[in-house]
Amino acid sequence: MTTTATRPAARSTDRPRGGRSRWAATVRALPWLGPTLLLMAGVVFFPAGYMAWTSFRDLSQFGVDNGPAGLDNYARLLEFTALPRVLLNTVVWVVGVVVVTVLLSLGLAQFLDKAFPGRRFVRLTIIVPWAASVVMTTTVVYYGLDPFYGIINAFLVDVGLLDQPYGFTRNAVPAFFTAMGIAVFVSLPFTTYTLLAGLQTIPDDVREAAQMDGAGPWATYRRIILPLLRPALAVATIINIINVFNSLPILQVITGSIPGYNADTTTTLIFKFIRADRQIDTASALSIVNFLIVLAVILVYLKVVKPMRED
Amino acid sequence: MAAAVRTRGARGSRGARRPLMAVAGALIALVFVLPYLIMLIGSFKSRSGILRVPPTYLPDEWLPSNYVDMWSTPETPLPYNLVSTIVISVCATLLVLVVAAPAAYYTARHRFPGRLVFLLLVLVTQMLQPTVLATGLFRQFVTLGINDTWLAMILVNSAFNLSFAVWIMHSFFAAIPRELDEAAALDGASRLQILRRVTLPLVWPGVVTAIIFTFVACWNEFAASLVILTTAENQPLSVALTKFVGQYESAWQYVFGVSIVGIVPVVVLFALIEKRLVAGLTAGAVK
Repeated sequence: MTTTATRPAARSTDRPRGGRSRWAATVRALPWLGPTLLLMAGVVFFPAGYMAWTSFRDLSQFGVDNGPAGLDNYARLLEFTALPRVLLNTVVWVVGVVVVTVLLSLGLAQFLDKAFPGRRFVRLTIIVPWAASVVMTTTVVYYGLDPFYGIINAFLVDVGLLDQPYGFTRNAVPAFFTAMGIAVFVSLPFTTYTLLAGLQTIPDDVREAAQMDGAGPWATYRRIILPLLRPALAVATIINIINVFNSLPILQVITGSIPGYNADTTTTLIFKFIRADRQIDTASALSIVNFLIVLAVILVYLKVVKPMRED
Repeated sequence: MAAAVRTRGARGSRGARRPLMAVAGALIALVFVLPYLIMLIGSFKSRSGILRVPPTYLPDEWLPSNYVDMWSTPETPLPYNLVSTIVISVCATLLVLVVAAPAAYYTARHRFPGRLVFLLLVLVTQMLQPTVLATGLFRQFVTLGINDTWLAMILVNSAFNLSFAVWIMHSFFAAIPRELDEAAALDGASRLQILRRVTLPLVWPGVVTAIIFTFVACWNEFAASLVILTTAENQPLSVALTKFVGQYESAWQYVFGVSIVGIVPVVVLFALIEKRLVAGLTAGAVK
């Protein structure tokens, strides 16, 4: 919030003066902002509050409110035996996917920043997994990795990488890593495009100056390009953390039919609570935990990236 | 916003590496389209052909009829699912536009107390997703009695895509110099004429970006639909698709047919705004 306070509207010509007229200016703005505020309040902030309230209530499987539950729902979460594994999975999922995505995207962006024949075409193909539904992308990989009729498995055997088809999606651990691979694949487009946009803001003469000073390509990249790329890198990383943390479809499709909770993250666990067990109250408690984690990431975003900066 | 297009000519030794880079580029392109290629080919296979052990890369017999048959299967009422996806996406996109445009315009052109708080709220909303609030949304819609309706999903989709639309249009409105309006007014143009002849053409790329981005996000939405829409007829394509995948028998050829129908339009839309894809998502942080 400090950013808002330190940001004077100095340039504006209709700057409000004095007490009453200040409020008049805000009131005049309301008809323009009202619909947005209403929609955000009704469908984002109210459900958030309602969810918080529900997390302290005792709800039957049919949604009947049986009165206050105190911290019972949170206690039930802590007693949930699979919780440590789910938390570990969540950390591995987010850190693994985001780190690999960012590293691969740094290379891809660097490559696509250079001129070569067909570059525009390559850039366009990278858009495809971004636009395509994640459920659909994941489903085709799930089919392809089937140990019996899967075409990707067959290909891996044909080129000699595997001796025989492997059941990538049959057990929790390999299925979880397979899902991570798909998550990287669908995160690459946005990350690469963001880094590419960052690279394009670095003027050519900066690189040329570094080369004239005798810096090799790697030294130029590490000392000049990477520091200048920091803002883009921060945006890409934080938005990816939020997207990957909230991701449901990939794990749902790949590991959904595997019994137990060995391949679950906190997000997929919420949906198991809602859909399989109809425990809306416990699901609310876990959702609130997730919500607070997301808010913390957003605060880091505001602090590091300072997106409210106006120039 | 103004991503300067730099044309870096091949200098010296760089020229020699270009064919090699083109080959590497082609390989990268192949990796990114490969899953969709598998989809396209699979959508023409027969039911027995796609379940053959070991599998064949190409269909023994190409069956374009899959694209007809998939609309009437016991697994899911696909025509309804398509209508549902279209209605929800179109209505949500229109609602976003109507609601976001005035807010974007006003915050770009006027300073008032609370303006930055408002923009901050928009930014925070942009980073929230229906997934994290699905439980609350489900509870709320059950209480209001509109669970399992198009209206519920139109509201969810518009609320969660609103912030992006406000940001992108805000940045386009803000880029128009105020003097331009004033000059037009001095020339005797009316407010409506200024809007139509001066402002709108300049912000049009921003409006198009907002429309396409919102539409694609609504079209692909999965998590909230999964919880809120329980009647088969109301579900969108993204949820309906999972019905073809069974525990023992899967109609993969239909899964892929539906996927192609679901993916091609949005890829085309995204390709149209390729240059501006990053702009709104990163909310002015990358310049």
